[in-house]
Amino acid sequence: MRLTEEQEKMLAGKHGRAVEYAMRIQAGVGRVFGAKRMVPITRAHVALSAQDADLWFVEKLVGLGGKCKIPPTVNPSINLAYLNRHLVEIPKAGMDIVSATNTAYRKIGAVLSFSCTPYLQQNVPSFGEVIAFSESSATPYVNSVFGARSNRESSQSALCAAITGLVPEYGLLLDENRLAEVLVEVKADIRTDFDYQLLGWCYPLKHPGPEVPAFVGIEERPTPEGFMNFGAELNTSGSVAMYHFVGITPEAPDLAAAFGGKAPKYRVTITKDDIENVRRKICGAPGKIDFAMFGCPHLTIRQVGDIARIAEGKRFAVDVWILTSSLTRELADRMGYLDTITRAGGHIITDTCIDVPPCWYPYYGKSAVTDSPKCAYYNEIRKIAFKVRPLEKAIEAALVGEVME
Amino acid sequence: MSGSCSFACSPISGGRCSGPALVSDEAVCFYLVEPETGVVVEKGHALEGRSMEGTILVAHAGKGSSVVQMDGLFKITKHGKGPVGVVLRNPDPVFVSALLIMEIPSVYAVEDSFFETLKDGQTIELDADAGVLRLLSR
Repeated sequence: MRLTEEQEKMLAGKHGRAVEYAMRIQAGVGRVFGAKRMVPITRAHVALSAQDADLWFVEKLVGLGGKCKIPPTVNPSINLAYLNRHLVEIPKAGMDIVSATNTAYRKIGAVLSFSCTPYLQQNVPSFGEVIAFSESSATPYVNSVFGARSNRESSQSALCAAITGLVPEYGLLLDENRLAEVLVEVKADIRTDFDYQLLGWCYPLKHPGPEVPAFVGIEERPTPEGFMNFGAELNTSGSVAMYHFVGITPEAPDLAAAFGGKAPKYRVTITKDDIENVRRKICGAPGKIDFAMFGCPHLTIRQVGDIARIAEGKRFAVDVWILTSSLTRELADRMGYLDTITRAGGHIITDTCIDVPPCWYPYYGKSAVTDSPKCAYYNEIRKIAFKVRPLEKAIEAALVGEVME
Repeated sequence: MSGSCSFACSPISGGRCSGPALVSDEAVCFYLVEPETGVVVEKGHALEGRSMEGTILVAHAGKGSSVVQMDGLFKITKHGKGPVGVVLRNPDPVFVSALLIMEIPSVYAVEDSFFETLKDGQTIELDADAGVLRLLSR
């Protein structure tokens, strides 16, 4: 990789040890992927996790004097105050790691947005913008839906990019790599937001390779929530940083544009049976539930509104946790959804992830319902048995304490 | 077969190590590995129930979100239950940056014949600095 004189100085430690360390990691990534140069970014999103590795790494950079050149937005962790008041006293170890993580990210110059859907609020890139976005639903969303350019950064490599203001130029930053190589014919009826959860989980099982897929056979433009769900699951059952929906997403007005005029290298068909197999495999049998959890990724105001309409004037039979951004909760308050959901006995909680131990420990080993396969998958390690259902069905289940079908 | 055979590869993170091969033809997610034992707990995974401790993990690819790979690898490594080296067939930035940050000897761009010759459990000598993988006969 050829570095400019200025970049050589960064790598040589002339701009401090944090810049040097971050450059070294980015140069290593660039070498593996054949980058020829480093290019500037205008945005970054770091998938903060308030877990051991995340804290260790950000503190290491802070210790080296790191300060973000591009202030990144960050993922959620734990809303200590809310959970302490409404669920359980968070153990000291949990309090400590969250406080330390927040302090370190504040010191390094991040924007403490604490949401995993920055692409909908607060950090919204535009077409062609070169950025460094980590977070499983965020990377495919910014690439595919907006046409911004990000590789599939890890939290750590995105933080390095925020520090240096640069990324190695490879992969999806280059025109030729944004072209599709896999033609995916969808022969199943994909309409609802939940259908996209299943389709997103299904695709990497049919084609596990890293090539960009182009989907045909999708009749209607997905909602933002559909796109959001799709990307989250693509990066849970697999790792897909970009896709095209032919005739829908901006870099694929037609097949020729999607494939750059070349023939597809691979062809995949997704049938009704494939979708049904995924449903059988990951959704779980009907039965009693102990609680309900939504917001992986963070729910939008439309989804919160849907929940409020179903729960209006009723009472949940089990604990209900709705995870969303602070901005969406504020909107939910203004719209009256917060009151409706609170009266039904549910919670709308900000800044919090389904996957940050140990805040949810009272539920370990229990049974639950969610609309997110990703939420179910990552909680396997805590022995929480999630049944996965469409949002409306899951809310109905929470009202009776049982998933009926 | 007697003696050993060598295969060319390129370094991800430098260093040398050796150990038994733990071969996954499926993508690996370090988060669903028990940190205290290094045992893969992901239901239905090709490596379910097997420990990564002391092995050279030969991974088809990585999977899982941008946070969990690094968190998982960090935790098993901290407990001394992680792989001593990694051969990564299909590198992705999330996996690669985790290997660089954890400074685990690791390689990619391995000659195809390596994967055809390799048997699960066979001893591998990995020299990332020199870009060589050696398979020892049993």
